[in-house]
Parts: sequence; structure tokens; C-alpha cells
Amino acid sequence: MVKKIIVSILIFSFALFSMAQSSESGGMPQLNPEFWISQIFWLILTFGILFISLSKFILPKISKNLEARKSEILENIETAEKQREESENKIKEYEKIIVNSKSEAKSYYNEIRQKTLADISKKQKIIEGEIEKEIKEAEKEINDLKNKAPEKINKIAIETSADLVKLLIGTEVNASSISAIVENISKKNKEKYYGF
Amino acid sequence: MAANPMHQFNVYRIGPEIKLGEIDISFTNSSLFMVICSLAILLIFNLGAKKNSLIPNKMQLLAELSYSFVSKMISDTAGSKAKPYFSFIFSLFMFVLFCNMFGMIPYSFTVTSHIIVTFVLAGFIFVGVTIIGFIKHGFGYLKLFVPSGVPVILLPLIVIIEIISYLSRPISLSVRLFANMMAGHTMMKVFGGFVVSLGIIGGWLPLSFSVALTGLEILVAFLQAYVFAILTCIYLNDALNLHH
Repeated sequence: MVKKIIVSILIFSFALFSMAQSSESGGMPQLNPEFWISQIFWLILTFGILFISLSKFILPKISKNLEARKSEILENIETAEKQREESENKIKEYEKIIVNSKSEAKSYYNEIRQKTLADISKKQKIIEGEIEKEIKEAEKEINDLKNKAPEKINKIAIETSADLVKLLIGTEVNASSISAIVENISKKNKEKYYGF
Repeated sequence: MAANPMHQFNVYRIGPEIKLGEIDISFTNSSLFMVICSLAILLIFNLGAKKNSLIPNKMQLLAELSYSFVSKMISDTAGSKAKPYFSFIFSLFMFVLFCNMFGMIPYSFTVTSHIIVTFVLAGFIFVGVTIIGFIKHGFGYLKLFVPSGVPVILLPLIVIIEIISYLSRPISLSVRLFANMMAGHTMMKVFGGFVVSLGIIGGWLPLSFSVALTGLEILVAFLQAYVFAILTCIYLNDALNLHH
């Protein structure tokens, strides 16, 4: 609308001007046919050359460039997609490996634990057996010592009594009578002396 | 007194008179600017097409953006069947755009402000599109003039209107571009003349107008090239995909 108004104003003003100066210049130069043929000839020549060189040499190059860029971008996207997939697969593999190694570690741990426990119990048993044996031996020794103790003590008592008697009286006393007395006393006081 | 605003559209001979038989094909200022525009387009796009880096430099970006802009314009309006005509429409758009833009340089010449140039371009498009239509659809192309779903009584009238509108296509296409360019440049010249004639006291208003007009004219230069190209695409669409 605005353009229409502008154009009409223009045409009006330009008609005025051309009327005012028609005596001077002779109207619109566009309607002077003197150089029409020349303009047509040069238009066809220049536009023809332009068209041929654009369509034969320049536009195919531009189109090729655009195509090349497009295909390169597509290729890059494809590669990126592929690599992404690959990396996802890698991550999955990695996770799988981790899970596997975890379970492996667990099973190793369990196995070794079992083994060590078995080992420990075995060694414990051996050690317990040894300890028991030693205890028995020690008990036996103790019993032996215990059983032998009254005899030894009796013997010492007899000897001591014989020596004491000899010192007191000054004469030798029959050893068998002393031993009989000592034996008698020790039998009588066994409870009191040894506790059994 | 300001110079005649129509003076800028004068065509004059540069160099000697060249004659082909009886026909005068002398090199003129119009021809000079056609050559300059074509060379500029070739230079820019050649630079843009030369290197093929993944990340484009400025020239390459310019060329590729223009390429995809025109390519999108064609595929949006004329569909995928119009692909073989891409380079023609691209050249056309670029030629018109560069001629319009070079015309914005002071003391230059606007090739597209001459009716004969735009009319030859539009006429070529019209003839080409008509030939393409008849090649693609044979006489079925005439169905273009018979829109579907119109009452039979109205049909003769509609067909006549359609034929007239079809035949006036090259005229409307060429006059649109020519008139826009000529009007814009004339107006700028007129306001420029006002600046001079009103002097330092009153000349500021037309000067600011002139500055604003320059921006508008650059927009119009682009827009008219775009319109020219897109109308070509629409006509091509009619010829390629006949469904009226």
C-alpha cells in the first residue's frame, strides 16, 4: 500500500518534471530507440556469458562443495555415533568384568577362608592332641613322683632316725627294727602327711 | 538549477561506433555496466567456489549462502522438478541484483532502469516458460487457461481473462522492475536537486529524505531482484506442475 502511494507520487512528480523539461531533454531516455538494439545485443552477450560460466564452471563447484560438506558432516556424525556405541559396549564390558571379578574375589575369599578354617581346625586338633599327650605324661610323672614319694621319705626318715638314734645312744640300732617303726608310723599318719 | 532527473538514464556511446551490417551495436555505458556486473558476479562466485574448506571463509560463505538461498526459493515455489533451471534462475537473480545494486553507486548507470533490458529478460522468460509448458504437457498446457470448478456460463469470460493475464506476464514483469528502478532513482535525483536548490538553510530536510531514500532504494533493489526471480519461479511452476 505504502509502496503504491510512493510509486504513484513518484510517477506524478516525474511526469511533472518531464513535462517541465521536455523542451530541454525530450522526455524519457528509456523510450528513445536509438540504442535499443545495442542494449539487447550486449544484454544477450553478457548475460549469456554469465549464465554459461556460472552454470558450467562455478555453480557445480559450489554445489560440490556443499555436498562434500554435507556428506562429511553426516560421516562425522555416523562415526561419532559408532564410537559412542562402542564406548557404551566398552562400559558394559567393563561393568561385566567388574562384576565377574567381584564374584571371583568373593569365591576366592570364601575358598581361602574355608581352607584356612580347615587348616586351623586341623592344626588345632593336632596341637590339642599333643597338649593332651603332654598333660598325660606330666600327670603320669606326677603320679609316679607321688607314688614314689612315701617310699623315699620313709627311706630318708629311716636313715635320719638311725643317725639320730646313734647320736643319742651312741650305739648302732638294727636297721630293720627302725624301718619297721617308721613304716608303722607313716602308715598310721599317711593321711596327715600326703593327703591320700 | 538542478540537473534534469532523467539525465541519469541517458545512454551514450563509449568508444567508436560498431555496426553489424545496418544495425548499431555500439558499446555504450549500459553495456559497460552489464559487463561490470557480470564480471563482478563471476569474480565473487569464482572466489567463493575456489576453495573447499569444511569451515568456509567469508567469500565461500557468501557464495554458498546465495546458492542455498536461491535453491531454497526455487524448491519452495516450483518444487523439485525445477532443479534443471536452477543455474538460469540463479544467474538471472544475481544479474538483476547486481545491476540494481551497481545502480545505487552515484554517477553509475542502472541497467535495469531501461524498459528494453527488462522486457528482453521478461520476454525470454515468457517464451521459455511457454515452450517448457508445451514440451512437458503438449496441448494439455492450454488447460492452464481453464480453471477447474468454474460455472460453465462464466467459462468464456474466465478463459479470456486468463489468457490476457498470461500474455501480460512479460509486460508486468518487465514494467515492475523498470518502473521501480527508474522511479527510485528519479526520486533520489529530485531530492538531491532540492538539496542543492534550497541551499544550506532549507536543504537539510531533503538531504535527510535522500539518506532515508538511499536505504529504501537498497531494499527495493534487493526486493525487486527477488520478486523478479520468484515470479520466474512461479511461472516455471505453472509450466512444470500443471494443476490450476
